[in-house]
Amino acid sequence: MAKTQLGQEQLEENFADLHPNYTRDEAVVEASRCLFCFDAPCTRACPTHIDVPKFIRQILHDNPIGSAETIFSSNIFGGSCARACPTEVLCEGACVDRAMLKEPVQIGRLQRYATDYAAAREIRFFEPGKDTGKKVAVVGAGPAGLSCAHELRKAGHAVTVFEARDIPGGLNTIGIAAYKISTEFALSELKPILEMGIDLKLSSPVNAAGIADLLKNYDAVFLGIGLGATSRLEIPGEETPGVWEGLDFVFQSHTGPYDECEVGKHVVVIGAGNTAVDCATEAVRLGAEKVTIAYRRSQKEMTAYDYEYELAKADGIHFEWHASPVQFLEKDGRLCGVKFQRVALVGEGREAKLQPVPGGDFVIECDMAVKALGQLPFTELLTAVKGLKVEKGRLIVDRKTGATGVAGLYAGGDCISKGAEIVNAVQEGKIAAWAINDYVKSKGK
Amino acid sequence: MTIRKPDISSNICGIKSPNPFWLASAPPTNSGYQVRRAFEAGWGGAVWKTLTHEPIVNVSSRYGAVDYDGRKVLGLNNIELITDRTLDVNLKEVREVKKDFPNHAVIVSLMVDSKREVWHDIVKKVEDTGCDGLELNFGCPHGMSERGMGSAVGQVPEYTEMVTSWVKEVAKTPVLVKLTPNITDVRHVGRAAKRGGADGISLINTINSIMGVDLNTLAPRPQVAGRGSHGGYCGPAVKPIALNMVQSIAADKEIQLPISGIGGIQAWQDAVEFLLLGATTVQVCTAVMHYGYRIVETMISGLENWMREKGYAKISDFQGATVAKVGDWADLDLSYKVVAEIDQNKCIHCGLCYIACEDGAHQSIRMTTITEEEFAKRNGNGGPASVEFSGGKRVISGSGDGRVNIFEIKQDTCVGCNMCSLVCPVSNCITMVERESGLPKMSWRQYTEKLAKGEVEKIQPPVHV
Repeated sequence: MAKTQLGQEQLEENFADLHPNYTRDEAVVEASRCLFCFDAPCTRACPTHIDVPKFIRQILHDNPIGSAETIFSSNIFGGSCARACPTEVLCEGACVDRAMLKEPVQIGRLQRYATDYAAAREIRFFEPGKDTGKKVAVVGAGPAGLSCAHELRKAGHAVTVFEARDIPGGLNTIGIAAYKISTEFALSELKPILEMGIDLKLSSPVNAAGIADLLKNYDAVFLGIGLGATSRLEIPGEETPGVWEGLDFVFQSHTGPYDECEVGKHVVVIGAGNTAVDCATEAVRLGAEKVTIAYRRSQKEMTAYDYEYELAKADGIHFEWHASPVQFLEKDGRLCGVKFQRVALVGEGREAKLQPVPGGDFVIECDMAVKALGQLPFTELLTAVKGLKVEKGRLIVDRKTGATGVAGLYAGGDCISKGAEIVNAVQEGKIAAWAINDYVKSKGK
Repeated sequence: MTIRKPDISSNICGIKSPNPFWLASAPPTNSGYQVRRAFEAGWGGAVWKTLTHEPIVNVSSRYGAVDYDGRKVLGLNNIELITDRTLDVNLKEVREVKKDFPNHAVIVSLMVDSKREVWHDIVKKVEDTGCDGLELNFGCPHGMSERGMGSAVGQVPEYTEMVTSWVKEVAKTPVLVKLTPNITDVRHVGRAAKRGGADGISLINTINSIMGVDLNTLAPRPQVAGRGSHGGYCGPAVKPIALNMVQSIAADKEIQLPISGIGGIQAWQDAVEFLLLGATTVQVCTAVMHYGYRIVETMISGLENWMREKGYAKISDFQGATVAKVGDWADLDLSYKVVAEIDQNKCIHCGLCYIACEDGAHQSIRMTTITEEEFAKRNGNGGPASVEFSGGKRVISGSGDGRVNIFEIKQDTCVGCNMCSLVCPVSNCITMVERESGLPKMSWRQYTEKLAKGEVEKIQPPVHV
């Protein structure tokens, strides 16, 4: 395993936009398909409840800036979501045209048309509210934290955001395949948010004691800390050079130039969620000759969306179903393969038990293995804060307000959902911001 | 019944053509080159773009269009004038085309100064080409009307009668008078044409219009050096206006002349509607300007197959069949009642019927929100709103946030206005179903008479929210 063998030009081409932006005419033709539903299912299906028919009608009537305002008013990460949302299970899945014409209106691409149009002109839609004299600390500069911070600035509260990494945006910036959301784009979308007067402190991790301090020094605190390290398989050879964590593999395509990225000749991705597809498709784009996704269960149980599965198939990725990893194999101090046990499913659905098939062990030779297994929660950190409850990897909050068991402490994003979409994090940040607004205002009285 | 090829040939006041589809006097019939290509493409006749003694001078630009939410050219207007070619060139080409296409109808449109001898002169010159008939352009609403021609004649019944009679003094071929819609009641001018001796009526010419304003330059559209002028409006958007005028001429007891129907015809169905409402031939312009002569193929094929399906062997079997079905509102049956019905298996849950009824009509659709579980139970998997899964997540089109809106007609308050069925995007999802009204069959005229005599009870107003 070594750095990619592909040239810069080829890499740029491979990582080019999955869906290039619409031209004005393409956007108008697509927009004209929208029926302008009443109490539209797409709007209800969107976690941030963007008024989809309204923004599409604004595109149709040559008002892309007004359209962008409609979008950003509900979702300040509207451009990112336009690129990375699983629209097939959200707005587009709900689209009534899917019932009538078997093809939904391309809401995501229309959303991108409008948001890119406004972004290219550096239009600013929001102003900070009149200073309230209240101050709120936000931990984590991901979509949840920044959505919350933005909403709080609109209300006039002073906001300080503490971010552990040296780059803002969380997984939105570095955790999604770069051909879906480029680092450059992700950072550009943060610009208007940060310009609202958010005091962003990078490389500033906060521990349990830190959270207690923030609660003392600020009127309220929002936790948008996301999740931690990738789950471990706890099988032999997990430390062998050549074994990667899924998010690290995606990170590298954001943090360095593409020609600095490492990739194997034969890459095995373990797991079949959306991150697994991101890893596998990026490996192909970085020049891997063969990429295999290995999953313990079958295609039916995979958690990657159908659309992601189609992407993977289109990239020529191999699938090894019913393959449970048992050992990472080493030769001369480097990974040379992964040993799997063939398993059978006993029972129905995701609750089905895995039963080894006798004599069903086999090896897939590879020089890189990527564990795309989902992330572990910061259980230790969270449970060290008195009053916080973590259940099944989720920090428990009141879903209507984001309030935790601790007065003045709110939370949202992956730490409460154990990993969901950007759009969910944005909404949870918004909901918490509204509750925090009520809380800090009532506090002074 | 044996299915055979129906006869779609036409004969309007002696002018014969292999089919009723003519090109209207307009840019597509500007030259011999064009009319030849049109005939080769299948057009049955052509009304040559209006001739006059001296070629006119045109401006640039000339056309403007109305688009509607992504569809182009629902309406078109123009400020182009009549022929800009010399009379000699036109006459030569008319003669040649007629010689080469003896079975096609070649009609020549005319417009000259309102002087008797000037009209006599051009009629004689034009008829010498061997053309099949004349059409007097009393309709052009722009440019020429400012010079006392076109609609300036057609808007005054006395002028229409006078000029028509001048033409008839010398004309040997049938004379069609083309009417302008820019008047209050087209029948008055139609009657004047009849008095002047017209053999047939063509209508409608274009409607006075301003197409819009360029929101960058604030100039009207179409613009000429930043200024505009009212132009003639045509295209699919004007069809209903044209149909109304054609029917009113066809139904008029005084006029009783064959009609060549014009106005927004772009599909075979449009043409059939004109024929049903009293036209004998139809004339097309905008759709050809948009798509070319080739559209006549689908018009002919559509007409033939419709006739075959309905069992009509020739056009006269149905021509004018709808004329007598149009009459005064006062004669409509007050006892007739329809109400809307929504087919729940076809509904896609867009809510367009609901909001149209609630805000725009009579508040007679009930919206009920049910859970996805309940919906899935009712619908099963299949039908338009099927339940699908992706990445372990359930997706139902028409559902969001775990709920689905169901729409039902309030049968007791629905007035049967049609609005919901008009906006519903799904074919045959909302139908209008006949219901017993409990009233005796009677028109408003009969009702008021009976009411005065105390023979019927007063009809109670409907219940409103």
